[in-house]
Amino acid sequence: MYVAVKGGEKAIAASCDRLATERRGDTDLAELSVAQVRAQMRLAVDRVMTEGSVYDPELAALAIKQAQGDLVEAIFLLRAYRTTLPRFGYCAPLDTVRMQMTRRISATFKDVPGGQVLGGTYDYTQRLLDFSLLADAQARGGAPAAATQAAEPAGVVPRVSSLLADEGLIEAPAIDMSEPADLTRAAPRYPASRALRLQNLARGDEGFLLALGYSTQRGYAHNHPFAGEIRAGGVAVSFFAEELGAEIELGEIEVTEVEMVNQFGGSKEVAPQFTSGYGLAFGGAERKAIAMALVDRALRADEFSEERSAPAQHEEFVLSHSDNVEASGFVQHLKLPHYVDFQSELELIRRLRAEIDARIETEKAAEKAAGEAAAQAKSLGADAEKRIEEGAA
Amino acid sequence: MSAVFDSPVQSTGPLAGYNFAYLDEATKRMIRRAILKAVALPGHQVPFGSREMPLPFGWGTGGIQVTASIIGADDTLKVIDQGSDETTNAVNIRGFFHKVTAVATTTDTTRASIVQTRHRVPETPLTEKQILVFQVPQPEPLYRLEPNRAEARKLHAMGDYGLMQVKLYEDITRFGDIAHSYDYPVLVNGRYLMSPSPIPKFDNPKLNRSRALMLFGAGREKRIYAVPPFTEVKSLDFDDYPFGIEKWPQHCALCGARDSFLDEVIIDDAGTREYVCSDSDYCHQRRDLNESAADDSEGGVV
Repeated sequence: MYVAVKGGEKAIAASCDRLATERRGDTDLAELSVAQVRAQMRLAVDRVMTEGSVYDPELAALAIKQAQGDLVEAIFLLRAYRTTLPRFGYCAPLDTVRMQMTRRISATFKDVPGGQVLGGTYDYTQRLLDFSLLADAQARGGAPAAATQAAEPAGVVPRVSSLLADEGLIEAPAIDMSEPADLTRAAPRYPASRALRLQNLARGDEGFLLALGYSTQRGYAHNHPFAGEIRAGGVAVSFFAEELGAEIELGEIEVTEVEMVNQFGGSKEVAPQFTSGYGLAFGGAERKAIAMALVDRALRADEFSEERSAPAQHEEFVLSHSDNVEASGFVQHLKLPHYVDFQSELELIRRLRAEIDARIETEKAAEKAAGEAAAQAKSLGADAEKRIEEGAA
Repeated sequence: MSAVFDSPVQSTGPLAGYNFAYLDEATKRMIRRAILKAVALPGHQVPFGSREMPLPFGWGTGGIQVTASIIGADDTLKVIDQGSDETTNAVNIRGFFHKVTAVATTTDTTRASIVQTRHRVPETPLTEKQILVFQVPQPEPLYRLEPNRAEARKLHAMGDYGLMQVKLYEDITRFGDIAHSYDYPVLVNGRYLMSPSPIPKFDNPKLNRSRALMLFGAGREKRIYAVPPFTEVKSLDFDDYPFGIEKWPQHCALCGARDSFLDEVIIDDAGTREYVCSDSDYCHQRRDLNESAADDSEGGVV
């Protein structure tokens, strides 16, 4: 009794120690290095960087190691670190037309200027478990053969969407030069700008966006999408330095960019045009980028006078539930003690039940009394009849 | 790891590499602005640029950000969860602040200048020298009735709280009573409907004309609101169904209190119940008092 709520300090310290032991695992095996995670768990690192909103493969790998591979926990670790970082400005818009592409595909044209480059993808691996990976590399006869270097498209490669735009077949992107809102600095207000929506989706949970994007394909806000273009590779990040009066290149980051081409809209006055949805993620987070583009398009319902009827079109619903750091925290806060609320509920439910029991009891008593009275009256009546009969006899 | 939770009162200086109280000064200023606005508009939810904290959303990040932005080196902090200083979450948050501020911490309600709480208001009345910081999971009192926050904002702007009145009325027709036992809606200063956070309705009367400033932080929902000292806080009710608080036929098994909120504890396999104060400090103080009273009376006999 009462001990259950005491000793919190000791319990937490012991729990932290135990966690550290569990994380390390079997000490007969060599400890996993952050460099290994970074090099060999590349897609996990990319997801953690994307949803953690920090481009730093080393810290993302560290977070994955620390979180025992729980990516949502790793994302949280990175986010909590991120808030402590000073912010000295915003970079110039990424020029993805100049991307050093390692992969580039379009589902809309058989061939496009710059070509189709498959790059490394799981798409055609046939998903057979490769049991040879069970053995260590030496037993298998060394590292895999170096990939043959495909002729990567170099320099400026125009987007597929710009080819459609030349013919006026796809909407021209609305260019808004005003300073975009920053969702990490101010609470969002609805309706939100597209810039704010894209910020939210970019750091949104992959699973959540995947499910929502999927729902649009199954008829909930249907808008037939074509993968106009998926391109992945390195892009330069530049920053305009006031002191120098010039833009300087800070370095290069890996991104995956997706442009969907969606069913056309239009009216009697406006000629039909294709519309688009946009997705961008760090590294090779391709599934995430495609799902993001589907949801971005669904959220643009108002722009195309589409009825908002499906969950994926409901801006406040999507944006306020997409963040897995928020969602995971609140869902898991149910583990915290709620003795007090529960005690209040117990008190209330017992009182309500007692009141109802008392009422039923009273009603039953009244019924019983009425029944007895009726029976008595009946027997009295029978008695009287009997006496009359006797008298007559 | 255990160093984090070492002797809470011992002061060794704040954590190297981090600003005092974790948040940078610009962020603290932004939060203090939101607090000032909230104090000027009692019960009104003020949006703020809530930050990710090293503790999870839903575990007190709103209260932590409020405390971090008002705490100074001279403050004495008390942290409670479910009324107790000893629950793991309270211990963890107290440990966090001790680590990043090195301020003195206490479990004694009367000695604290700031009390951060989840789900309770201390039994010991607070004074005008104290600030009570609430951790709020859901700042919008209308959220069960109108989940769309943009719509709910309009209802607040118009002071249109018919939805809530109808909900309470329906409770009475269905259950014979208002079926809210915690997070019981209140009207602040006759203007804004407010969630008092999930405190039991037992604590609602303590909010009315409180001497202490009360600040409410909702980190995940990015809202701050406040009840300034001596402000009217009215629990919604009807003339023929007046507001009432929880009552127990039992008294605290440890200190004998009849006036405090009691937690029910199941103490054996046969389901035997015992009731003890939810406010651990209040219970300790009363037990100390009882003991010294007992000592005194013994002394009297001799």
